[in-house]
Amino acid sequence: MRAPGVRRTVAALFLLVGTAITTNLTEAAAQTDGTATQTALSPAEFEAVYQARIDSSRMRFTEADVEFVTGMIGHHAQALIMSDLAPTHGASQSVQTLAARIINAQKDEIALMQQWLRDRGQPVPMVKIDGLDLTIEMSAPDGEMEHDMHAGHDMHSGEDHMMPGMLTQEQLEELDAAFGPEFDRLFLTGMIAHHGGAVTMVHELFAVDGTGQDEAVFKLASDVQVDQITEIARMELMLEQYTD
Amino acid sequence: MRPETNRSTITAVALASLLTVSACASSGSSSDPAKPPAPETMAEMYGTDADPAGRWSPGDPTMAPTPDPRVGLSAGLLDAGEAIWNLSLVSATPPPADFIGVTNSDLAFSGNYVIQGNYNGFIVWDVSNPAAPVLVKEYVCPASQSDVSVYRNLLFVSGEGMGGRLDCGTEGVDEAVSPERLRGIRIFDISDIRNPVYVGNVQTCRGSHTHSLLVDPKDSENVYVYVSGSAPVRPEEELPGCSDLRPDEDPNSALFRIEVIQVPLAHPEQAEIVSSPRIFEDLVAPPQHGPAPADIRAIEEAVAQGKFVANVMGQQFVLPDGFANQLLAQTVSARGGEGAPTAADSATLRENLDDIIVARFGGGDDGETDGDGPRPGPTQCHDITLYPEIGLAGGACEGYGLLIDITDPVNPKRIAAVADSNFSYWHSATFNNEGTSILFSDEWGGGGGPKCRIDDPLEWGADAIFTIANGSMDFQSYYKMSAPQTSFENCVAHNGSMIPIPGRDVMVQAWYQGGISVFDFTDPANPVEIAYFDRGPTDGERLGAGGSWSVYWYNGAIVSSEIARGLDILELEPSKYLSANEIAAAKSVKFDHFNVQGQQMFVWPATYSLALAYVDQLDRSGEMGADHAARMRSALTTLETAPASERQNAFMNMASHLDELATDNPASAETLTALAGTVRELAGM
Repeated sequence: MRAPGVRRTVAALFLLVGTAITTNLTEAAAQTDGTATQTALSPAEFEAVYQARIDSSRMRFTEADVEFVTGMIGHHAQALIMSDLAPTHGASQSVQTLAARIINAQKDEIALMQQWLRDRGQPVPMVKIDGLDLTIEMSAPDGEMEHDMHAGHDMHSGEDHMMPGMLTQEQLEELDAAFGPEFDRLFLTGMIAHHGGAVTMVHELFAVDGTGQDEAVFKLASDVQVDQITEIARMELMLEQYTD
Repeated sequence: MRPETNRSTITAVALASLLTVSACASSGSSSDPAKPPAPETMAEMYGTDADPAGRWSPGDPTMAPTPDPRVGLSAGLLDAGEAIWNLSLVSATPPPADFIGVTNSDLAFSGNYVIQGNYNGFIVWDVSNPAAPVLVKEYVCPASQSDVSVYRNLLFVSGEGMGGRLDCGTEGVDEAVSPERLRGIRIFDISDIRNPVYVGNVQTCRGSHTHSLLVDPKDSENVYVYVSGSAPVRPEEELPGCSDLRPDEDPNSALFRIEVIQVPLAHPEQAEIVSSPRIFEDLVAPPQHGPAPADIRAIEEAVAQGKFVANVMGQQFVLPDGFANQLLAQTVSARGGEGAPTAADSATLRENLDDIIVARFGGGDDGETDGDGPRPGPTQCHDITLYPEIGLAGGACEGYGLLIDITDPVNPKRIAAVADSNFSYWHSATFNNEGTSILFSDEWGGGGGPKCRIDDPLEWGADAIFTIANGSMDFQSYYKMSAPQTSFENCVAHNGSMIPIPGRDVMVQAWYQGGISVFDFTDPANPVEIAYFDRGPTDGERLGAGGSWSVYWYNGAIVSSEIARGLDILELEPSKYLSANEIAAAKSVKFDHFNVQGQQMFVWPATYSLALAYVDQLDRSGEMGADHAARMRSALTTLETAPASERQNAFMNMASHLDELATDNPASAETLTALAGTVRELAGM
């Protein structure tokens, strides 16, 4: 139970409290009659249960989940390459805003996906972008580079394992050569296809037995799907301005 | 002095004299010695000691403490640093053991009970004593997101994730197609809340990410559940009839529609989908509110710096310097000149710039939209807020905010739509009590991302506030919890509710690890934060999950579902922005149940707190002089214990004069009229 003295009354001023409120830590056990009881857990015990539960939630993934997350990192990386061009290629303000949001969103998601793999002891793709060139190096979960495994694995341009929606190196070069309205049009057309590919990857993931049991990967895939469908719709409307 | 000011002052003086008379008339009656004396001044009301530097002044939106104490809070699961302003934390209760480390989600309320969703099932708390919530029931039945709603003896729980099972088992579902999987709505009978009985399911094609409960005032036999599902469509082999083809390829497509479930109250097990309205039909190119402020600023800055800005097909393009110099050189040579361009060359270029850009790069008219991709427009809603008392719903649907007519619950009809270039993903909607404003939130990044860092724009992952008039929505402003958070804290606009402060639009909202923010959007163009609570990150070394998923006002308490830490209960504290009387009036509004997506209208019973709350508001706005307000308070306090006949006469006189004042003071007419109405009701008590 909270000590009564801890209660804070705040009137028109703020309190910055460095120590947390004393919490009434409870452990409840459902009884056969349906009632529940509360038993105190110490903060240390609570943290131990919390960590154990988080750890066990990271044991429910499949190989298909890992492949999806690993692939999506490279897929997102190409969206960064395309979006990075917007400020220097005379893109309209609305495309620049869109590109800036794609960079922010997909960089964060790349970090999230790398953390997801690291947490599950999987090799982590490290993204290197140099202009139009994308290189993915696989890093062991502890941060050591695995040069002997997938070193220099090249994700771009017409390679064997093109993921859905990825632009070829020629398409990227064409985008890089465009300016102003032409850049906008190629960017939007390319990004619509690129996003569409990500949505396809989500659908393919969920068609495999055992996927999405890990709530983190279910949320990640669902968010990618719904965010990118939403953005596709927005980009199609933007593109209509150039086709009317 | 301007004449109109003069007139209202005179009237105010007249009222003040009347009040003095009333107060004198009742001075002989006994007064309650336990009652504290009515405060006489603003200083007594709000306390000036909290503002020694005189930093705060009424109406100044920068009144929050500086530097913002929410910045730099120490990390910790149970011992994180805390910053709190104009709120008090009454209790913080961790989840029961089976739910520790599993996401706590949305909240529903029934009587003295809070039902807290969790990805592992749901938890029932008795919050009769907000300082010590008592665990009543933990029900293990995994499914994300376990969005909960309650009506009478029925509890509805959303299931969307791939691991939800019909039998509530915890082992998940390993097959991509399985008869064991539950994605949709679970229905429980909670007649005995200690022993919920699982009475049925309604499976849906996209599962249920969230749902909204519609209590139709014209239908006492049924309730309706509007289902929103954002995950991919299930295979037809798992749930017959599910199709993710485009509607032009398959009229029964599960895309571009919502689902309406009818639940017979007498036979909830017979609940079924009764319609799948295509509320997105023909939705193209909704009205935009123009370029975002940041975009306008960027263009203005470019123009101010003398940069060349081309205007092609309604879009503005700022030319990079190198390219502009190239065009200038061409302009020079086109007139047969040499050397540096002159001012005339710049002018020529500016004049012809649009044509040059089109000629050189084309307008893109050879472009074509991909006929195979998803068609524009939302395929689903994330959340729909139903407000049956005004016959409207607000739909937050992918890239759109919709206004929907729900007077026929089975056949909702879209009446307006808005889009916003700054919005990533429309998440939920909240009406103000009158239904004249609507606030949409943008859950940019899905809630797992740290979207409140110092460099994240204030227009992104924010709320957008619109006014509603004649069936259309007009953009007014953005609101975003403004304290920069670390990259370890997931933060974006999330679930909140209105707080029944009479005459004002005040909302409390969850921002995940950005904490809880209370703000006033009575003026929809100028939302102002008036209270907050925030903790440091759950994890100080990496992005962890945590923070407030939902925070709602319920019968006087502010209840927050903390994703990692459990159930928090807070209370409003009086401040310069919110008086004790306004809080007391808010607490006088009681509901027997509450689901935030089924908005209910606040109706304030006539109380002395309510009358005093209006006086405080007139005082705060400066419409009523401080000493007049003090006399008014004194009169109300004294009359409360006066003999009935005396009270009745004094109040009827007071009400008439308030009405006259309202006629003379359009700026405060609404508050004065509300006060007059309250006083009239008090007269009859």
